Amino acid sequence: MGRVPKASSYIGPGAVDVALEVNGDGVSVHVPPHRTLLDTLRETLGLTGAKRVCDEGMCGACTVLLDGEPVYSCMTLAVACAGHSVETVEGLSKDTNLHLIQEAFIEHDAFQCGFCTPGQIMSCVALLKRNAAPTGEDVLRAVSGNLCRCGAYPNIVAAALSAAKKQARR
Amino acid sequence: MNIKVVRTKAEIEGRIIEATALVEGRDLAPWGTDSGLAIVGKGHPRVDGIARVTGRAQYTQDLYLPGMLHVRVLRSPYPRARVRRVDASRALALPGVRGVLHRFNAPKAAFRGEETIFRDEVRFVGDEVAALAADTEETAADAVRLIDVDYELLPFVADLEEAMRDDATRLTEKGNVTESGTYERGDTKRAFAEASVVVEATYRTSTQLHNSLETHGAVARWDGDLLTVWESTQHVFGVRAGLQAALKIPYSDIRVLCDYMGGGFGSKGGAGKYTIVASIFARQLGKPVRCFLTRDEENLAAGNRSATYQTVKIAAKGKRIHAIEHLSWSNSGQGRWVADPTGPTNGLYDIPHVRTRSYKVVTSLGALSAFRAPGYVEGTFALDQAIDELADRIGEDPLALRRRHAALQTDPVTGMRYSLKRLLACYDIGAKEIGWQHRKPEGTRGSAPHRRRGYGMASQLWGGSGFPPAYATVHLNPDGTAVLRCGTQDIGTGTRTVLAQLVAEELGLALGDVRVELGDTSSQYAPISAGSLTVSSVGPAVRLAAKDARMQLLDAASGLLEVGATELRVERGAIVSTGRRTQIGEVLGQIENYTVIGKGSRFPNPEDISLKTFGAHFAQVEVDVRTGEVFVEHIVAVHDIGRVINPLTAASQVEGGVIQGLGFVLSEERVVDRPTGRVLNGNLEGYKVPTIRDVPKITVRFIDDPDTKANNIGAKGLGEPPIIPLPAAIANAVANAIGVRVRTAPITRQRVLEALELRP
Repeated sequence: MGRVPKASSYIGPGAVDVALEVNGDGVSVHVPPHRTLLDTLRETLGLTGAKRVCDEGMCGACTVLLDGEPVYSCMTLAVACAGHSVETVEGLSKDTNLHLIQEAFIEHDAFQCGFCTPGQIMSCVALLKRNAAPTGEDVLRAVSGNLCRCGAYPNIVAAALSAAKKQARR
Repeated sequence: MNIKVVRTKAEIEGRIIEATALVEGRDLAPWGTDSGLAIVGKGHPRVDGIARVTGRAQYTQDLYLPGMLHVRVLRSPYPRARVRRVDASRALALPGVRGVLHRFNAPKAAFRGEETIFRDEVRFVGDEVAALAADTEETAADAVRLIDVDYELLPFVADLEEAMRDDATRLTEKGNVTESGTYERGDTKRAFAEASVVVEATYRTSTQLHNSLETHGAVARWDGDLLTVWESTQHVFGVRAGLQAALKIPYSDIRVLCDYMGGGFGSKGGAGKYTIVASIFARQLGKPVRCFLTRDEENLAAGNRSATYQTVKIAAKGKRIHAIEHLSWSNSGQGRWVADPTGPTNGLYDIPHVRTRSYKVVTSLGALSAFRAPGYVEGTFALDQAIDELADRIGEDPLALRRRHAALQTDPVTGMRYSLKRLLACYDIGAKEIGWQHRKPEGTRGSAPHRRRGYGMASQLWGGSGFPPAYATVHLNPDGTAVLRCGTQDIGTGTRTVLAQLVAEELGLALGDVRVELGDTSSQYAPISAGSLTVSSVGPAVRLAAKDARMQLLDAASGLLEVGATELRVERGAIVSTGRRTQIGEVLGQIENYTVIGKGSRFPNPEDISLKTFGAHFAQVEVDVRTGEVFVEHIVAVHDIGRVINPLTAASQVEGGVIQGLGFVLSEERVVDRPTGRVLNGNLEGYKVPTIRDVPKITVRFIDDPDTKANNIGAKGLGEPPIIPLPAAIANAVANAIGVRVRTAPITRQRVLEALELRP
């Protein structure tokens, strides 16, 4: 899990302005100190890719990257992200060019209902950032905190390994 | 007009229903194996893949309308109580709270046989007591705790086997147990008397929670008289019917939408109380209203797979199964129906003497709802273990024993011939892939001294024929692209992709030129996405709609190109005649802004034939005899479902079914505290759904043989088959490994250790 910055300078009680970077753009949000990063992304910024499934850090559907490291955004306060960089699934593809992981998920049918998919993808993206040649075991570790109720797991592993191979060739 | 009304019988989830439908024209001849299909039968990636991997796919949960209010529901903390008084004054005083509904102020709203959605007597922990709307979800969550309720506590019973006892608290005037299914053939009494070996055993299965990742929920908005509801549902038309019944408004004033949805597995079959609450609040308060369940609420009040208590008595005469008696009790909670676990016993094997009874048991717990092959998973867990127990007793290989009872080409229940049954072929493939020859009656050594290895298998029977009514329209644009509109929904099974393949194939277009629009009651009717019936119900109608569009296109082309229509065909987006190709756009473009609209309807199934799906699962496991842990090493899943339209998405379905079955048999169990009736693990930490680390090697095989008697695309359903035999196959493999049988699902470490201690 990523390093979660201290929030001490932002304690409320009322809403405060928080400046952070989201998908490469600087944004400022006005949020109460108890508001999670997940709710801030979804409700304030309209980035609904990250999903709210358990809202208590048990499923991984809300996974985003904070300074490049995967975090459960439902367990991360928005005020704690001040001055930091957040990346969501919406930030992965530039124009019509998909990220390697996204392409591999489509090619390997690594989703069914797709509700856990943004979280799975962000966990895989984080893996490929820190490990250029992951093994199957590395993939299992990377997404072991992401539940999929449809059972797309075998294809998720295949997709992650295939994307890693493609990345190595580039 | 060449329109006919047809009345037909069809099977859904083991029940026979009557359907009336309208059909137009004539059905198409089925595609055969030699039809030279270019798009159908190929593993195309999903047409909605980009939307799903970029976060652009909009689920109901992702809808935030301007000014939208949020609802939280106050739920009963008691398993049974009378609601004597509700005082919402403290809640209403909180800034941002806009309204409260409860039994003393809510308008009448018929819901599943009752007149109101807030009962005077709450009947399980989690039953709806009041609902509150506020500006934000946080405010609603805070305020709902300020509603004061005066309860009069009533006696209850929160356990299946406790509720079955004669001295149990009676929850209804008729008692807690009612007969829900009965079947007999032959003479079991005589058969057991004359049998050489009789085995009796009791099996139990636990309550399984769906835990769809998108919880149940809806967003409602009124524009004048028009109510629009976005709902995470498997049946937009079912939601519409529920709203009409509850609110007494005409269909023309209701539109229900579901574009993307995050899993249902049977539990999202129609309007929920949240739908009605959101709609009532939205009308009263003049704003869009959203009501979504939290994860905890989802696991209390949104359905479950019934726990069962089953007894099986099975007898052999020589080396054949001679008779079977299967009795089953299912915990329906506060449900109004119950699934039938004895279906497989009645119809799967060719056994001369059969007697089954199933019973519905009411308890002070949340209602069941359909969960992927309801009844059949639980029933097969008992049936296929009992067969292995008998095989062990008579010293026979369990697969060899099954083979003697699996060849029959006639449905033993109806006496009708099967359209196609390739169960023996499933056995052959499965046995080869798993290496069945390595199985020893006493199990084998595992990969370590404290590990034992075992093999097991089980068979699958299910319907999946599909049936009318289902309708579709194909809109062919002047530029040669097409839009399919159909009232079905894609719940993650790949419906959009499969239907696009059917349109592209029949109409002669590239797959990328077909857009599929589903999940909207503005389209024509399609059935619930459940019961493994979507492809086989909707697919044939879609193919007919595409064919109708093609014929109209050729008629138009004939006039414009001055060639007889019969000399023209459509191929990869072009009209082709002898020596000439003209792009569709060039032809239709000559008529200004004309859209060809092709219509299609689902024709009835043949009446004198039995349409079923079959399959078999084989499992190789190791069991650690020190810890009781079961390690699943390899699963082979073989299914006989007619034509496979898309092998890529079909394989995903099978893997998903296998993995849900693994959860059912190894880890998933709702735990209820009997003294208080509370669910103790209604969350994703305490309730163990499989993670990626629980997944073994899975080999998927299909008998890809089109069922040309079934319908014009030759396909049957696949949603449910892959969960049905898996739990029994695992249980049989565990028993083979350790020489002692665990008859309760899930087969936890504790239960394995208990069984090992009981070993003689």
